[in-house]
Amino acid sequence: MRLLRLISARLFGMIVTLLVISLITYAVFVLLPSDPAQLSCGRPCTPERLADARAFMGYDQPWAQQYLAFLGGIVAGRTFGSGAAAVHCAAPCFGYSFRLNDSVTHLILERIPVTFSIAIGAALLWLLIGVAAGVVSAVRRGTAIDRAAMTFSTIGVSAPSYLVGLLGILLFGFTLNMVPVNGYVPLTEDPVGWLWHLVLPWCVLALISAAVYARLTRGQMLEVLGEDYIRTARAKGLRERRVVGRHALRNVLIPVVTVFGLDLGSLLGGAVITERVFSMPGLGALLLDAVGNIDLPLIIGITLFSAFLIILANFLVDLVYGVLDPRVAR
Amino acid sequence: MTVSSTEPHLAKATRSPLLAVAGLAVSFEVDGDTHTAVHDASFEVHAGQVLALVGESGSGKSVTAMAALGLLPATARVSGSITLAGTELIGAEQGLLRDIRGGRIGTIFQEPMTALNPVFTIGDQVGEAIRAHRPSSRSAVAARVLELLSTVGLDDPARVARSYPHELSGGQLQRAMIAMAISCDPVLLIADEPTTALDVTVQAGILDLLRDLRTRLDMAVLLITHDMGVVADVADEVVVLRDGQIVEQAAAAQLFAAPRHEYTRALLRVVPTLPELRLAQPKPPETPETPPAETSAGVAPAVLLRNVVVEYPGRRRGQPVRAVNDVSLHIDQGKLVALVGESGSGKSTLGRALAGLVPVAAGTVTVTGVEVGRATRRELRTFRSRLGIVFQDPASSLNPRRTVGASIAEPLSLHTDLRPDAQRRRVDELLEAVELPTRLRDRHPYEMSGGQRQRVAIARAIALNPALLIADEPTSALDVSVQARILELLRSVQRRFGFSCLFISHDLAVVEQLADRVAVLHRGRVVEEGPATTVLRAPRHPYTARLLAAAPVADPRARSGQTSRSTSCKRRKERAAFRHERVKYSPAQSPRPERPLR
Repeated sequence: MRLLRLISARLFGMIVTLLVISLITYAVFVLLPSDPAQLSCGRPCTPERLADARAFMGYDQPWAQQYLAFLGGIVAGRTFGSGAAAVHCAAPCFGYSFRLNDSVTHLILERIPVTFSIAIGAALLWLLIGVAAGVVSAVRRGTAIDRAAMTFSTIGVSAPSYLVGLLGILLFGFTLNMVPVNGYVPLTEDPVGWLWHLVLPWCVLALISAAVYARLTRGQMLEVLGEDYIRTARAKGLRERRVVGRHALRNVLIPVVTVFGLDLGSLLGGAVITERVFSMPGLGALLLDAVGNIDLPLIIGITLFSAFLIILANFLVDLVYGVLDPRVAR
Repeated sequence: MTVSSTEPHLAKATRSPLLAVAGLAVSFEVDGDTHTAVHDASFEVHAGQVLALVGESGSGKSVTAMAALGLLPATARVSGSITLAGTELIGAEQGLLRDIRGGRIGTIFQEPMTALNPVFTIGDQVGEAIRAHRPSSRSAVAARVLELLSTVGLDDPARVARSYPHELSGGQLQRAMIAMAISCDPVLLIADEPTTALDVTVQAGILDLLRDLRTRLDMAVLLITHDMGVVADVADEVVVLRDGQIVEQAAAAQLFAAPRHEYTRALLRVVPTLPELRLAQPKPPETPETPPAETSAGVAPAVLLRNVVVEYPGRRRGQPVRAVNDVSLHIDQGKLVALVGESGSGKSTLGRALAGLVPVAAGTVTVTGVEVGRATRRELRTFRSRLGIVFQDPASSLNPRRTVGASIAEPLSLHTDLRPDAQRRRVDELLEAVELPTRLRDRHPYEMSGGQRQRVAIARAIALNPALLIADEPTSALDVSVQARILELLRSVQRRFGFSCLFISHDLAVVEQLADRVAVLHRGRVVEEGPATTVLRAPRHPYTARLLAAAPVADPRARSGQTSRSTSCKRRKERAAFRHERVKYSPAQSPRPERPLR
């Protein structure tokens, strides 16, 4: 019951936050000097054709009304233009890209499997590697293993993803010919091909983020291992593995989970550089294209979607937090 | 052990000892330097005996205990021998040490709140201790957990087992810790400062429990403490440690009656003691009358509280919590009033209300003529310049990145327009006033001892010649010998500068030495208020009497007549009453003369 109330309160908060974000995005959009109608009006762009294009897209209305129409579209869908040329955008309609002649909702949904495949796989990999490396470093503090792991993580933290990605393609793709260097195969069509195409992007992303997690975990672990309750656990006669793996790790994970949720949330909104390097048709690539084409409805749609993912991740983190740390459960 | 004694427990000395420490030496390598923590320590603990290792912080008492458990950090070099029933523990392999830890030796630690893992339930943690040594079925473990929790006197074991540490009180947690420690029927219980973090009335219960368990389970107890009162209460044998060396070991009665070593005598001397109790007049507890607006001398009091209520918002639209409830109090100019109470009694909240740091829900707080609740931001700022505050832990109340001089000078640069050289002179003056050499000006807090840090905190608090000093448990983080000197300093500084002082403490003995008047706070209400001598010698309110009775006294004879060692709740009251009496009769022949502070 308490949980239900918590969830409903948080959901309401999420909706309010999203409304504010959409309003700000919209305001930026209106303030921009570029005119979407101008861009799609073709050449030569006579004033009549421009006015027609404006009316068709709904840009002839005051911006507050445009915003309301946008919100209305999310709930009920909307139709641009009239007659034979009319374009219908079904609910939930987050705008219509006149550039790509498709609804933003559909465009995003199309790209989700790609981006989510990259993001979730990479995130699990880096969480596993990062936490494991951090725990080992902390427990074997000052040994060669610790120093090696920390040196490696310094390299990981400072390496840019495009460099690591390109080097990875060069080495594993071209020189060793082990994995395909670009493209995406849907999981439903060819699971092995899916996995094979994703291995390299996963490793590149994981390598970079695992470094951060290894440092975070190591620092937390060293702190927790100095706590009184660890001494108590040892004084009980527990094996060191249990002391570290149960008593310490559970406390270490609390801050790690917070960072992980936010990282995963923002990565799900599109791994822009990695998608570009590996030519993966994900959300990041879609956003890059949209920016390149000044496809404003699409930019707004993707921005909102990314914001939604981050807010959702935040919410999930809070729920997990309540499970991990009983002190915040109430 | 060469001490001869007629004490009955020493009859067992002819048997081989349970724990024998011989020639134990522990040193730590820090950055190439070798620091010796324990030097050539030898003592024995016999079955059924309570041996107290006494010393101040850094004396090596905890290190000795951790050496027995094999739990010293990797930087420690250990030599000598520790045997448990003939088994050598120094250098023993990990498997054997694991069996001994929790299996043969149970351990309880100082601060139960941090000694238990916050993310697991009590039942889980106690059960884990059982399973580590005696693999058994889930239901058997659960049943044993409940049995243990009721053994240690917890009222609703099922609820306690389901609770997380933050949901229980310090006393409940320490009982749960004890349940965990005795879960596998250990032959030896190591209790490392088991009551230091607890209120006196709770402490009395825990000490009773330890005594009771020792008899019932025939365990030996190695008690580590700095508190001579606790030693007198439970110990049979005492080993006094100083800088890693044993300076004296003797039967408790003998040690208190005739301490042989100068250090032991010094330790006993600095223990604050409670005054002799007169038989309480059977007057009904009176509610403290509303203080007069003006004292007899016609001078307005420095602090005047009228019917003050402070509330904290409750959880999730619940009822607000009344931390301070209808308190009226006054502090006359230049007087020191002590506010005494246990944790949660609202004493710190009241101190904060005085400083205008928490809003007052009802009533008025007037300090040096300013009504704190109604003052504007600007008035509050001026008012705070007339106020000094000293907190409990100087290690955290001083900024670690600033030099001591800079910390003391900060209020000067905030509230005065002294030039840098004048500020510097003032800082030197203040350092001298708190009896610190002026060369310490450029030191950082971490380069100083706890006592020195607290002196710095006092210097900072009096930098602006405050009209009122609020001292919130200023000595509870310090060793007894240091504590005595800080109290002395506080008194002399107060006389010299003539400020009024609100002294917040849980320690009645400390209060006795300092205060002109005492107010006893219980659950947010002042239950008794009056001149220190009256309140502490002839308390009228039963709660004050209970507090006084629970405070341990550094004299083992005080408990010699005690027959009942049961922990049953019903008997606690009788025992409190009994203690009340023993305090009344015995201290006249106390080995230590009552000395006023110099």
